[in-house]
Amino acid sequence: MDLRNTWDKWPDANGRFGEFGGRYVAETLMPLVLELEAEYRKAKQDPAFAAEMQDLWTHYVGRPSPLYFAERLTEHFGGAKIYFKRDELNHTGAHKINNCLGQVLLARRMGKKRIIAETGAGQHGVATATICARFGLECVVFMGETDVERQKPNVFRMRLLGAKIIPVSSGTGTLKDAMNEALRDWVTNVETTFYCIGTAAGPHPYPEIVRDFQSVIGTEARAQILEREGRLPDAVMACIGGGSNAIGLFHPFIDDETVRLIGVEAAGHGIETGLHAAALNGGKPGILHGNRTYLLQTDDGQIIDAHSISAGLDYPGIGPEHAFLRDMGRAEYLSCTDDEALAAFQLCTRLEGIIPALEPAHALARVGEVAKELGPKGLMILNMCGRGDKDVFSVAKALGVEM
Amino acid sequence: MGRTRIEAAFAKARGEHRAVLVTYLMAGDPDLETSYQALCALRDNGADLIELGAPFTDPMADGAAIQKAGLRSLAAGTKLSDVIALAARFRQDDQTTPLILMGYANPVHSMGYDVFAQKAAAAGIDGSIIVDLPPEEDAPLREVYARHGLSVIRLATPTTDESRAAKVAEGASGFIYFVAVTGVTGAGSADPAAIAGKVAMVKKVSGLPVCVGFGVKSGAQAAEMAKIADGVVVGSAFVEKAGDAQASGRFGDAPPAMGSLARELQGAIASVRKS
Repeated sequence: MDLRNTWDKWPDANGRFGEFGGRYVAETLMPLVLELEAEYRKAKQDPAFAAEMQDLWTHYVGRPSPLYFAERLTEHFGGAKIYFKRDELNHTGAHKINNCLGQVLLARRMGKKRIIAETGAGQHGVATATICARFGLECVVFMGETDVERQKPNVFRMRLLGAKIIPVSSGTGTLKDAMNEALRDWVTNVETTFYCIGTAAGPHPYPEIVRDFQSVIGTEARAQILEREGRLPDAVMACIGGGSNAIGLFHPFIDDETVRLIGVEAAGHGIETGLHAAALNGGKPGILHGNRTYLLQTDDGQIIDAHSISAGLDYPGIGPEHAFLRDMGRAEYLSCTDDEALAAFQLCTRLEGIIPALEPAHALARVGEVAKELGPKGLMILNMCGRGDKDVFSVAKALGVEM
Repeated sequence: MGRTRIEAAFAKARGEHRAVLVTYLMAGDPDLETSYQALCALRDNGADLIELGAPFTDPMADGAAIQKAGLRSLAAGTKLSDVIALAARFRQDDQTTPLILMGYANPVHSMGYDVFAQKAAAAGIDGSIIVDLPPEEDAPLREVYARHGLSVIRLATPTTDESRAAKVAEGASGFIYFVAVTGVTGAGSADPAAIAGKVAMVKKVSGLPVCVGFGVKSGAQAAEMAKIADGVVVGSAFVEKAGDAQASGRFGDAPPAMGSLARELQGAIASVRKS
């Protein structure tokens, strides 16, 4: 009996994953999120939509991405065999484009000509700007001022692609503030605009849509590992900010009960310092950006700014499906500090000749422990969800190197 | 249960053949004492209902004026329990002016819907507008509000069609807040001609009074809105007075400035005779 994807019953009709998720948006947006859901249901049934997606995935994005045996890293730790799912080899250098492509195709079906997006590290912004350039759509990207500063190469790439960048100075000028501003734009331009959310969070149906489009990662990885090794892995690992790459990797394995699903949150300076971005390990359930999920917040329900060296993980919440998987005990969530991520970044670069983004460097930092725990007969997959070119300036600065 | 303070406020205005003036104030901006004085000044100068803003770090439906007001209030250390205490203080010698708490879901969720409802009712708060709790998500709140006699005030917008209006009306009480523009608070200016039909539709479908807000700043605009609605809501223009007081350091200037704005708006609204 094939039990795979019985977890597909989530979210339920109200957009809930157990107690998480939902549609906590201003009334102005409610008709839009309901319309988006209806349109998505139709698109899912439409073979032409799937065919267009598949064609662009193959010829534009470069899918399937390889599954690579990280031999030297495996030797280094002396434990389980470590494979990388190479989503950093996608066009634009990260997993983000899997989802952008799907959402922009949806926007086109809905007749929307203007696409807005929020971005942290800039990878989602670049991917959105790329797809908008490809289809000749107007693209506006909201980006926190702090992130504009620390991700200059991506800011320039987005501008080259024809996107308008709006730096957001409210709050601490990071991802959550960019998301607030994108929501304000959306509520103002409801008729013309499609909001392309980059992470598996936000109001229903976004967490489901993003998960479904990102599930190509896990679907490919599952088939690839079965072909290479003849069996399922013992663990799959990914970093977690909002959690889109992780849910994309996890979801196709979710009913394979022998496969451990391990997410790694950003612990910044350390969870005990309060300066971190680990919503599951250091937060509690609350309501923000359209969904009920774990959040970094004060006792009075005010949102606490996240901290991480990685702009892509610097978010005080997490996708609602991760909140659910954690509470159900189906997935485990570890954490990794800035310093540990920097060390893993360098280790992977030297041993494998792959410069990882700082985001997957967080997952890399926990790989050794899990590999040792599984032992030499074990098998694991890590999602290399982005390449590190964008981070070389930040890393140089953190290491005290003058460029 | 007898007539609520909200119902009484609308009945009084109907008797005077005019629309109601609803004013918004961010609690704790720039501090709680100033807010208390401002509440009294608003009441004394013609505010029929008062929305008491509860600050939130991430007010994604608000424009710059109310975002800044919330941050000023949070910087002064205002907690949700302080907002409730402010209402209780005002209620000590005002038994008639309805107080509506306006804010976002997370602080209320964090306190617990039940605890919040109990404390709010005890403080003399009459209901709430929680911007990010649409009808699909407010059932747990409605349930506890029903036990404490609090009103769930819902929003309708230019994107609300007739079937959606029915959903908005289901379980709503007090009045419907019609958001005049697609956008954030304080942005743009509303065109009464463009929304008059929608406002009438929402009133018919809900059977509740409809107040129009967002983008109303001047007496002239308020008078125009008074022609098409049962009430007019003004927010950002009041909040800017608190911002001025914060900037000058003369907090005491805010209450009289808000009072004179309320007087001007009430005069303009009352100049429109309602049948």
